[in-house]
Amino acid sequence: MGVTAASQFHVLAVDDSLIDRKLIERLLKTSSYQVTAVDSGSKALEFLGLNEQQPRNANATSVSPIYHNQEIEVNLIITDYFMPEMTGYDLLRKIKESNSYKDVPVVIMSSENVPSRISQCLEDGAEEFFLKPVQLADVNKLKPHLLRGRSKEHHPNSENRKDREEILSPERTRTRYDVPEVI
Amino acid sequence: MDVGLMQMQRRLAEYTSALFKEGILDSQYVQLQELQDESNPDFVVEVVSLFFTDSEKLLNDLSRDLAQQNVDFKRVDAHVHQLKGSSSSIGAERVKNACIVFRNFCQEKNIPGCLRCLQQIKQEFLLVKSKLETLFKLEQQVVAAGGSIPTSGSLPTVQQPIL
Repeated sequence: MGVTAASQFHVLAVDDSLIDRKLIERLLKTSSYQVTAVDSGSKALEFLGLNEQQPRNANATSVSPIYHNQEIEVNLIITDYFMPEMTGYDLLRKIKESNSYKDVPVVIMSSENVPSRISQCLEDGAEEFFLKPVQLADVNKLKPHLLRGRSKEHHPNSENRKDREEILSPERTRTRYDVPEVI
Repeated sequence: MDVGLMQMQRRLAEYTSALFKEGILDSQYVQLQELQDESNPDFVVEVVSLFFTDSEKLLNDLSRDLAQQNVDFKRVDAHVHQLKGSSSSIGAERVKNACIVFRNFCQEKNIPGCLRCLQQIKQEFLLVKSKLETLFKLEQQVVAAGGSIPTSGSLPTVQQPIL
């Protein structure tokens, strides 16, 4: 698509809690990621140019980031689960349904450890599920997903999901490769 | 080394350590401290201040919610959920735990239980607020005297359960 000069990864963080937004922003910036933080699913969609309610170009038939002056490159989206109006899960679904962003890794955060919720999110495409409060150790887990995304950009045909090594994660998080235990 | 500064630093360390021992703060607070550095020297104070204003508003909302003729428990639960989340995010362990108990009463639609819990949450909130304000003052004194704030020494070794 577009050539980006920045070597920094850009993460879009979505959380309705101001405190948690500040926290996640700081955690991500400490890891040298560029961060855009928004307070709702609809604002996230708007930022990505996916908000169907406010079409900027009435004649456009596809949703793509070209509404903006610059192409938005987002390397990862991390979202809270429990938000008013649109949950993180709803946002996940919308992102996975979009042409422009379906390959962008999505991570879900939640303060509640609900196994069925976790499984659902992972099954529907979330790469990781973090229990809040999110810590530096969790943010360190994002690197492989970001690197994989970048290598896909440069070598779109070499990536094969089945070849990925299993990522072992402790209790606090779940990746798609884990079989969720009944807790 | 300045004896006065040493004494202040020791007092700060003892005060901080006591907060952890008493379960007023948990390891999440240490995480906040670790995110503070020269480029973000006020990070902890900023986040904690947000927590104070946020919580005061939520506690008022909860009082109002529970005073209604027909209590909207969904609303009450949503407010407690927020408070539980933010207290957990800054490491205010006792406030968080009080919120968890509150939610149980909320699920049972037990208004007297909720009201009692709300009192408990308010008390714990005022306690952690006053303790943290004192802690920040001690830190300011140390910094003003030319010292630096260490990250907290003694931590409870018990793994925090995920509730």
